[in-house]
Amino acid sequence: MKDSLRDIRLLDDLARRQNPINKLHPLVKLLTTIIYLAVVVSFGRYEISALLPLIFYPVVVFALAELAPGRILRRIAWVMPLVIGIGIFNPVFDHQTVTIMNSTISKGWLSFISLVIKCVLTVAAGILLVATTGMEKLGAAMRIIGVPKIMVLQLLLTYRYILLLGDELARMLRAYSLRAPGHRGIKLAAWGSFAGSLLLRSFDRAQRVYAAMCLRGFKGDYNTGDDAKVGVRDLQFLIGWVAFFLITRSYNLPFLLGSFLTGVIGQ
Amino acid sequence: MSHHRVEARNLHFSYPDGQAAIQDISFTILHGEAVGIIGANGAGKSTLLMLLMGILFPDSGEIIVGDTRLTPKTLPMIRERLGMVFQDPDDQLFMTTVRDDVAFGPRNYHLDEQEVASRVREALAQVGILHLRDRAPFKLSGGEKRAAAIATVLSMKPDILIMDEPTSSLDPKSRRMVMELLKSFEHTKIITSHDLDMVLETCQRFLVIKEGSVAADGPAGEILKNPQLLHSCGLEMPLSLQKCPICGDQTKNFKSG
Ligand SMILES: Nc1ncnc2c1ncn2[C@@H]1O[C@H](COP(=O)(O)OP(=O)(O)OP(=O)(O)O)[C@@H](O)[C@H]1O
Ligand SMILES: [Mg+2]
Repeated sequence: MKDSLRDIRLLDDLARRQNPINKLHPLVKLLTTIIYLAVVVSFGRYEISALLPLIFYPVVVFALAELAPGRILRRIAWVMPLVIGIGIFNPVFDHQTVTIMNSTISKGWLSFISLVIKCVLTVAAGILLVATTGMEKLGAAMRIIGVPKIMVLQLLLTYRYILLLGDELARMLRAYSLRAPGHRGIKLAAWGSFAGSLLLRSFDRAQRVYAAMCLRGFKGDYNTGDDAKVGVRDLQFLIGWVAFFLITRSYNLPFLLGSFLTGVIGQ
Repeated sequence: MSHHRVEARNLHFSYPDGQAAIQDISFTILHGEAVGIIGANGAGKSTLLMLLMGILFPDSGEIIVGDTRLTPKTLPMIRERLGMVFQDPDDQLFMTTVRDDVAFGPRNYHLDEQEVASRVREALAQVGILHLRDRAPFKLSGGEKRAAAIATVLSMKPDILIMDEPTSSLDPKSRRMVMELLKSFEHTKIITSHDLDMVLETCQRFLVIKEGSVAADGPAGEILKNPQLLHSCGLEMPLSLQKCPICGDQTKNFKSG
């Protein structure tokens, strides 16, 4: 529990490192991610093979950003129960079957697998975006593409609030466990007052932090002080990936590759 | 220069839960004055500072900074000239690095990046934590956090410096550093503390608060000569004014105690 709390700040820490991906302009990363997400969700519900090449994007970014796989994968794993919960009814309700390469497969299972792949890809892309950019810069990039100030502010403050909530929770857990030695977790009877005071405390603190921000001239825009222009490398990154996404969307690459290979071998 | 004057007129404030924290406080602080606000726990010191900064608004009475009355409308203008260090540094630090946190204020006033960088360096050097600039604020020790919180305010170059318990939880060396820093700040300063030795060294004027009202207001020397007053407000003579009980330089005070 404490470990995962400490991990809340992980994305912030990761975003501060220096590597080719972190150095890219936030705007470019945001646009690439948005287009990527749009392409991923635009595939039909029974599509699997055509989706597969899209896994390249997170994998490549992952490698270039020198991230440790374990901690990021654990974050993706958090959402899996939800995805499986939503998708598991597909095989139950969808009894149609298709025949692929001489074997009969239920369409329900196809759509389930397709859904899981899509979720993993989108969540991975989202986490990678935050982990390589940082929330503040992301907010600045959103302002550039015209997201209203109030929405960006909402997002940034919510993010900060979650951090504060985690902070307060860690303190209260520590206080609790020191006075309740030998318990694992929190006794059921204490849950009500524990949760209530957690909420009030974090709310109070969020208010004080917000007041401190206002005292220092905060008017709703985060200035990250980093107004670098979009450079050639940034454009290359954007254009390169977008081209790849569009090609993947228009042609079923694994299928083409497969028929190319079988064609070559067949001759 | 009257524009650094701070005036409070008949302030009243109650928290939403009915706790009457400030009752009829009035005072005027002139340009360049250093005022120590002292009082027991719960006397209303922090609340008073929050009223001055416009974080809370009084139920009645008014606050005037320079020639401007503090209202929601004039708030941004007034805040630009006031810098406040909170009692709990965790409330003040929220960016991901110390450097970004100290730069937060100047950037909000749209200074160019070069000026921001030099202000950040200057402020961090002033509080002696230049080496911590790339660390995450939430990973610092309590005293380091305090220093960082002070730097976030110094980087804005305020005309009036307001500090809530600036030396609590500091080790002797850091405490000394903060005190020297306060002494070197020539503008108006308003400091609350239980550390009377610190206030005595940095402030010429004392404002004693008791249960939400002003119990005494005057030159530091005069107020500290009045042990009854201090005692009734839950305070004690500064150690530096008590005679040393160990080296034999005994006083009535020690014999009777
Ligand atoms: N958020 C709040 N809601 C309700 N009452 C509050 C709140 N904050 C403070 N108070 C009450 O207002 C009074 C003054 O509190 P304040 O924090 O100003 O004291 P203080 O002089 O700063 O004390 P300390 O020296 O302990 O910091 C206290 O009686 C306190 O219980
Ligand atoms: Mg206080």
